Amino acid sequence: MTVAPEAPGARQATGRPGTTLPGPSRGAGPAGERRRALTQLHATDVYAMVGAATAALSITWLLFHWLLPFNGAVGFVVIAYGLFLLMYALLVSFDEDGPAIVDRIAAAIVRSMGLLLVVILAFVVCYALIQGRKALVHLNFFTQSMELAGPLQPLSVGGALHAAAGTLIMITIALLITVPAGLVCAVFLNEVPGAYARFVRTIVEAMTALPSVVAGLFIYATVILGLGLDQSGLAAGLALSVMMLPIIIRAADVVIRLVPGTLREASYAMGTSRWRTVWHVVLPTCRSGLTTAVILGTARGIGETSPVLLTAGFTNELNLNPFHDPMVSLPLVTFEFVKSPEPNMISRGFGTAALLMALVLLLFVAARILGGRGPGHLTRRQEHRRVLASRRDARRFAERVPGPAAAPAPAEAPAPVSAPHSTVRTENGSSS
Amino acid sequence: MPSLRRTRQPQPVIAGVGSTDAGDPDVRRRLYADPGLPDRVFRAVLRSGGGLVLAVMLLVGGFLLYRAWLALDKAGWSFLTTADWEPGSGKFGIAAVIVGTILIATVAVFVAVPLATGAALYISEYASPRLRRTLISVVDLMAAVPSVVYGLWGVFFLQDKVLPIARWISAYFGWIPVFDVQGADPNDPLAPESIYTSSTFIAGLVVGMMIAPIICSIMREVFSQAPAGEREGAYALGATRWGMIRSVVLPFGRGGMIGGTMLGLGRALGETIAVFMIISVTFQVQWHILQSGTSSVSSLIALRYGEAGEFSMSALMAAGFSLFVMTLIVNFAASSIVARSRSGATSDA
Repeated sequence: MTVAPEAPGARQATGRPGTTLPGPSRGAGPAGERRRALTQLHATDVYAMVGAATAALSITWLLFHWLLPFNGAVGFVVIAYGLFLLMYALLVSFDEDGPAIVDRIAAAIVRSMGLLLVVILAFVVCYALIQGRKALVHLNFFTQSMELAGPLQPLSVGGALHAAAGTLIMITIALLITVPAGLVCAVFLNEVPGAYARFVRTIVEAMTALPSVVAGLFIYATVILGLGLDQSGLAAGLALSVMMLPIIIRAADVVIRLVPGTLREASYAMGTSRWRTVWHVVLPTCRSGLTTAVILGTARGIGETSPVLLTAGFTNELNLNPFHDPMVSLPLVTFEFVKSPEPNMISRGFGTAALLMALVLLLFVAARILGGRGPGHLTRRQEHRRVLASRRDARRFAERVPGPAAAPAPAEAPAPVSAPHSTVRTENGSSS
Repeated sequence: MPSLRRTRQPQPVIAGVGSTDAGDPDVRRRLYADPGLPDRVFRAVLRSGGGLVLAVMLLVGGFLLYRAWLALDKAGWSFLTTADWEPGSGKFGIAAVIVGTILIATVAVFVAVPLATGAALYISEYASPRLRRTLISVVDLMAAVPSVVYGLWGVFFLQDKVLPIARWISAYFGWIPVFDVQGADPNDPLAPESIYTSSTFIAGLVVGMMIAPIICSIMREVFSQAPAGEREGAYALGATRWGMIRSVVLPFGRGGMIGGTMLGLGRALGETIAVFMIISVTFQVQWHILQSGTSSVSSLIALRYGEAGEFSMSALMAAGFSLFVMTLIVNFAASSIVARSRSGATSDA
């Protein structure tokens, strides 16, 4: 499951036996054994598929236009697809036997399901972007609020600046709360194991089931009705925090759990204290995973409407003060705009949805670039830097050993070092 | 380096080097390392962080139950059987909204599971490695698409396209009670189609699209963990690719499939804004999924939260609490199924 960071291609340092320097990895799969890519596509399959598709389309067209009183695009696609499967099975059966026919049909169905899902999802996203273009081409959409724009006003007046600013303020509040609390809790779950930690983990898992509207209702009842605060950006940020906290804790917990135990033990074996191990070994090792966890949690939080709907109120004005007066977010104005029957308002709603979608896309791409690597997997540049640093250390050890033998520092014994470089250097630096 | 010394409190052994106490060789020595002050502080911080999160979480659940108690106490068992929602006159219950919620989620699961299974199998078994990485990113991205975007798509695009299908189903399968539409005349081609809009079916379709990527990514993860040795064993025995999938991948991933489906179900039950945008809320038990007008717990909350009055707030809390209990049960069942399955894949919310 986990992969130790010492690369299989590591080389022995010349001179002294025992110090293993990290080298470029030779790309073995995480489980040790790798799946081979098997392709079974023959020319006859392609012919059969093209032939079946042509036949099915032709027959369906014949049925729809000449023979039967059918119409409608959906019916056409469904019948054509069914006929395609039949034709394909028939064509394959000319030169294959039972199991092979089933195999081909299953492959066709699975492929079309995969294609269908991706196409639908891509379409959902593109639909918002395309419909939003009417509002997005006007520059004032990004620089004005809706303060002076009524529902009947053309799209060249008014914009979504207030919603974009509100989204940023709310998500900042939520992140200020959830990131420290979430990361401390995730570290706690992994570093202080025991019955208490198990209980906390169970409760956190239970809380991921909390519907977001109930999180909003909770903040509405406690903060707004109970403490008497306004419907404000702060309340919305709190509601988003309640919703995001379990998500971030769980994602971070999974990431920290993947840090190889050998790394921790190497650190402990050098006499490191717990917090130094966490700070210098565990957290740096899973930094990219933690970043991804936080960014994906942010993406979830930005897109949530219902907690904001209950706690933020609604306004058409730009409000930068999270403590007083209503504040809106992008999903909330999208929801409110499209309730209006006016086509311009609906266009604005699609515009804000497109803006929101672009924001989520941006966060997602950032998560992919920053993270996406398992613990111990380094980029080429990081690996290069680490190799250089390890060589430096090895040289330093080699120079220091023949020196005064009276020094009792543990750093003097050049034990086989396979922990990441940062541990080695820190521990030497701090104890010598 | 922390000094080794004997202490009373049971700390985990970090290192064991012989102590100076060599007087009695038969007594087992207990060797403890003093963690030192920084470590103690560190642990205290961690514990209090965990405790803080725990307190917040318990506060949410406890507060919901506490505030809901007022309404639950007054309504008693009729809370489960009443369909109306008039807390002012004391006649309120979750019969209608719970039925609506469950029906929407059921439709969503029926739509999402075949799609997600097919897509997961395609990604993990059929796609080339390059395409696989791209598709994984695409599906993960789709799981992060805001629900309001799905809602927009459902209201402005899908609704019109689905009406003929809904009409066709009700015309030919109307004899099945669930598909019946009251007041519809399938023989009248000019009959208004508004009777089919804003229905459970359309809301379920949209929610299904929303949960399909979530289910798909869990299933894909489980499928791709099926051991390579067993796959090649199946091939070596002469299995076709589909034979290998049926005899190795699907049995291996069964736990993950069920668990992923239930996690998706949990999300579908709690979905608010997309459902609220599509359905028109009615407070009567609506079994006919193709007929206009249905309800769900979350849209009830989104619709009625602004009503003043402590008692109606308490009634809403009770509804929210019952929804929470439902999703909680579904999620726990899902994670225990996933954890018990052979694959033991972690499920990522």
